Amino acid sequence: MNDLIIIATGSLVAISCGLLGCFLILRKMAMVGDAISHAVLPGIVIAFYISGERDSIVMLIGAGLIGILTTFLIEFLHQKGKLQSDASIGVTFTWLFALGVILISYYGRNVDIDQDCVLHGEIAYVPIDLWITEGGTNLGPRVLYVMSFVTLAIIVFIKIGYRGLFFTTFDASYAAAIGISTVLWHYLLMGFVSLATVASFESVGAILVVAFLIVPPASAYLLTNKLPKMLMLSVVFGVLSATGGYYLAKSLDGSIAGAMATVSGLLFALTFFYTRLKANPVTSSSPVLQES
Amino acid sequence: MIQQVQNPILEIHDLSVSYDRKPVLWGVDLSIPKGALVGIIGPNGAGKSTLIKSIMGLIPLNGGYVKLFDKDLDDVREKVSYVPQRESVDWDFPASVMDVVLMGRYNKLGLFSRPRKADRDAARFALEQVGMQEFAKRQISQLSGGQQQRVFLARALAQQADIYFMDEPFAGVDAATEKAIIKILKDMSEAGKTVIVVHHDLQSVAKYFDWLIMLNLRLVASGPTDKVFNEKLLEEAYGGKLTLLTEVGQLIKQEKFPGIEK
Ligand SMILES: Nc1ncnc2c1ncn2[C@@H]1O[C@H](COP(=O)(O)OP(=O)(O)OP(=O)(O)O)[C@@H](O)[C@H]1O
Ligand SMILES: [Mg+2]
Repeated sequence: MNDLIIIATGSLVAISCGLLGCFLILRKMAMVGDAISHAVLPGIVIAFYISGERDSIVMLIGAGLIGILTTFLIEFLHQKGKLQSDASIGVTFTWLFALGVILISYYGRNVDIDQDCVLHGEIAYVPIDLWITEGGTNLGPRVLYVMSFVTLAIIVFIKIGYRGLFFTTFDASYAAAIGISTVLWHYLLMGFVSLATVASFESVGAILVVAFLIVPPASAYLLTNKLPKMLMLSVVFGVLSATGGYYLAKSLDGSIAGAMATVSGLLFALTFFYTRLKANPVTSSSPVLQES
Repeated sequence: MIQQVQNPILEIHDLSVSYDRKPVLWGVDLSIPKGALVGIIGPNGAGKSTLIKSIMGLIPLNGGYVKLFDKDLDDVREKVSYVPQRESVDWDFPASVMDVVLMGRYNKLGLFSRPRKADRDAARFALEQVGMQEFAKRQISQLSGGQQQRVFLARALAQQADIYFMDEPFAGVDAATEKAIIKILKDMSEAGKTVIVVHHDLQSVAKYFDWLIMLNLRLVASGPTDKVFNEKLLEEAYGGKLTLLTEVGQLIKQEKFPGIEK
């Protein structure tokens, strides 16, 4: 049963991150995902300090806001400050992350929050962290509820917002010309990336989230050139990584989140070599496409 | 030489645009008649793309205003179409030709409804017009540069707008395609649609366009081709690039271009 709970949690993290990650890499913003996942740290700590508990909505909202603030700062430094985009990403998130680290080491003395847990997560604790109602009924693992809710919200967002995301990602100036607000879709996407990151931090940690945001979508990108298929494949790769990672960790008796990220990397390597192998014989005898 | 017209379909008044306080266009004041096939010419960096982008509301104006159909852009968006420079998007994006052409239908359809049969038909017809009907299912990453350009054009056609702005639609297309495209544009202009095209090849300017906008950071000329396509204004727009100007001078003589003769 515990196995199943951990695998389910890992899969939910992988699904929600993978779906959003597809759009991040198509927007050439993979590193913004990285930045958000680090920068939400002070948000998590401050929200935790204010509310005094880990499972609060305050925490999700607090960190979500910091996530949006991060993207806003990056855009600001890049557009108004004339800094290169990679430099503005670097400046913004390292600074916010450092702030979070200081806050943890400071507050960590009085409250139950520790650096390791936030940075690396502890998915193994998910099954024992139960949601018990006031009446004393045991509803099962709390994180599983949070992740299910977040995953559902993200699926609905992508389903409803598919065209907005597609148009603004593929051709932002045309989208703007036909009256679609590119700024709105940018911040919506970033808001959901922040939400996914924050919701995942308890299970896989703030750092390994990046692996789930980027690696399964990157593998999917190599395999297909259809967007719906890319979204599906990144879900498949995500779930495979979570499941495979769990058993790898079990056999090695190592970090579960680490093993999940490792398996996603292995799957990427396999995909990479597979597409290379498939591409090579074709390039040597590629038929020239005839134009009418 | 700037010729203003009565009841213009596009009116630009005292427009100024700058990037980070560096002025790129200033004091542009022009009007375009309905149904004109207009060429925008000028050297690299003259502000041609900037002019189109500011008409499309993609960059903020420093001053002045733009009126389309005597209204603000926001009130007439669905009648206005835009073809960006081809290099402005990533053609490795996982989408099919049909996906891209269908984008042209969404300002009528709204982002949250599915394309109906009428929309697919319009998209297919637009692809036919540019000779790309067999490519509807093809992924855009598998197109040549000229085919990409035609897909962009089809997307604009699918929009069935009344005024079209196109940024270098002939860049990288072969002679046959260029001919096919200009035929489409001429037909559109005959049908009363206004088409405004950024163009680089001075050799074909007189053949293609009946109205010209000459730019070099400021407006050098705007008027009927036979009145403005002459050595003096070209020199003003292209500023002393002698070899080019002599070539054009010869061209003008060869073609015995009416406006220059007198
Ligand atoms: N995003 C930008 N930021 C700053 N300056 C810009 C930007 N885009 C264009 N410029 C500058 O504005 C001027 C006009 O550029 P624009 O792209 O409008 O020229 P163009 O006439 O379209 O040139 P080309 O023929 O090369 O396409 C150039 O000097 C260019 O350097
Ligand atoms: Mg240009």
